[in-house]
Amino acid sequence: MTAFPSQTIEAEKAMQLLNAWLAPRLTSDAAAWLASQLAIIASGEKPMQLAIAVGLAPRKVGKTDLDLTTDEAEAGRTVREGLDATGWSVDQAARILLALASHRGDDEQFVVSLDRVLAAAEIGEQIALLRGLPLYPAPQRILHRAAEGVRSAMQPIFEAVAHRNPYPREQFSEAQWNQMVVKALFIESRLCPIQGLDARRNPDLARMLIDYAAERRAAGRAISPELWRCVAPFAGEAEVATLGDILRAGTDAERKGAALALNDCPVPSARAALATAPELAETVQSGRVFWDNIA
Amino acid sequence: MFIDPHAHMISRTTDDYEAMAKAGVVAVIEPAFWIGQARTNVGSYRDYLSHILGFERFRAGQFGVRHYCCIGLNSKEANNEELAEAVMDILPGFATKEGVVAIGEIGYDEQTALEDKYFRLQLDLARDLDLPVMIHTPHRDKKRGASRSMDVILEHKLDPSRVVIDHVNEETIQEVKDRGFWAAFSIYPHSKMTAERMAALVKTYGAERLIADSACDWGVSDPLSVPKTAKLMADSGISAEDVRLVTYANALAVYGKSGQMAEADWLSPEPIDQRTLYQGNTVLRGGQTPRMPQSGSGNE
Repeated sequence: MTAFPSQTIEAEKAMQLLNAWLAPRLTSDAAAWLASQLAIIASGEKPMQLAIAVGLAPRKVGKTDLDLTTDEAEAGRTVREGLDATGWSVDQAARILLALASHRGDDEQFVVSLDRVLAAAEIGEQIALLRGLPLYPAPQRILHRAAEGVRSAMQPIFEAVAHRNPYPREQFSEAQWNQMVVKALFIESRLCPIQGLDARRNPDLARMLIDYAAERRAAGRAISPELWRCVAPFAGEAEVATLGDILRAGTDAERKGAALALNDCPVPSARAALATAPELAETVQSGRVFWDNIA
Repeated sequence: MFIDPHAHMISRTTDDYEAMAKAGVVAVIEPAFWIGQARTNVGSYRDYLSHILGFERFRAGQFGVRHYCCIGLNSKEANNEELAEAVMDILPGFATKEGVVAIGEIGYDEQTALEDKYFRLQLDLARDLDLPVMIHTPHRDKKRGASRSMDVILEHKLDPSRVVIDHVNEETIQEVKDRGFWAAFSIYPHSKMTAERMAALVKTYGAERLIADSACDWGVSDPLSVPKTAKLMADSGISAEDVRLVTYANALAVYGKSGQMAEADWLSPEPIDQRTLYQGNTVLRGGQTPRMPQSGSGNE
């Protein structure tokens, strides 16, 4: 029941990619340690080894930014559509690689192994392993892990699933998707790093966000300008009026968000509302102002 | 700047974090302990350890306080053999995680045979993993219990310069110092140790290897014990350098031996730490407001 074809990737291919990313960034000692751990985990002889290696990874391979070159990032997208390693660190890539090594040709056994390590994972381990979601085989079978991640009260764990990650757009049901987007606003996280935000817009999400915006306005509290991005295609006269108000009296970021939303809104009155701020309308229509750069 | 090297923050409120950050506490160490009620299975123990390494560390970071852990099986729960056995199986996996600065708090409560068994096993674990140790000395029969703890630690070939004996008092300090251990004092409003007595001890014994902590938990205790003790010591004529040793530098020196805790963690943190979303200390950064989850998201 998802709007997007699910990408599946073989563990072997994902491991090759991560190994290629890590190779130039590891000292010989770190590379030797990682190779030895991968071999032990792949052999399946020590069930506890994955958890131990995942725990030790930062002190063995270091915590510098992965900081991929343009070519390396492109290679990643070739292997796995939508893969975005922006903000990853070397130890996070190593942790994902270690998890992949526990896939010994049997999806079910991999899921058990991933469950076991995540059940006792500290905050940094959870972030790393959840960032790896798009690289794991059998994506449908680890949906409960992604759902648990966005349920977290820890913002960086939520964002490990929600941000720069193709997994939710491909695997989340509409209800899960909508909850994720609304929660992002709730915890004051950004929407623009969520992949598929425009493509997965839906009337039910728009309704929830309209209610939420009304609640915030009634309380005299600020509304993230990003909210209107998911409302725009489904906006009615009432929302156009609200956006017109924001265009007149909002902060700079709020006005830009309102202009972008009005520009994206099929109701005829939206054009007229947007025309009340001609300079802003021009920056939006020329593409100089877009959702990623309003705040 | 202060470090509170013994604080059970899982039992404390956000008001406490705010007050601690405002008073200059830059880092806390959370030792695994008895939560006021006995756990009945390893699952709840596992979740507890995950909690102090996960959500609690995140929560502290929201207030600009760095958070570290000690991992161990406490002496009270060592008396439940079935639980203790199962916990011993999961400890190595937790002890090697990031942010774990010691095995602790471990030691004796009633000084039973089972307590002794699991104390020794965990000393071996600390030695194998090259981690410092935090020792809980018993409240009852303290003097003999502390003495016995140190005998056993040396018997298991641990270096006393990597072991902190906690809940020390006037009766036990001499032996702790003489044998080369670190001596930590839990400054409690009504029991254990008061700030006045702590100041007197620093004057008598010097600041070397002495550490003040709050041991704040679910009982009547004061999360501001360390800054308050620092002020009282300064007011009673103890030098600024000695105050710094007892309320900051000594704890950093011994727990820093884990390789998991360094001054740079709070003096020059990443702008936004991806691991903890650490906000930067309000004292160091000047009036930054902590970003806590919005009302409504906290109880989702």
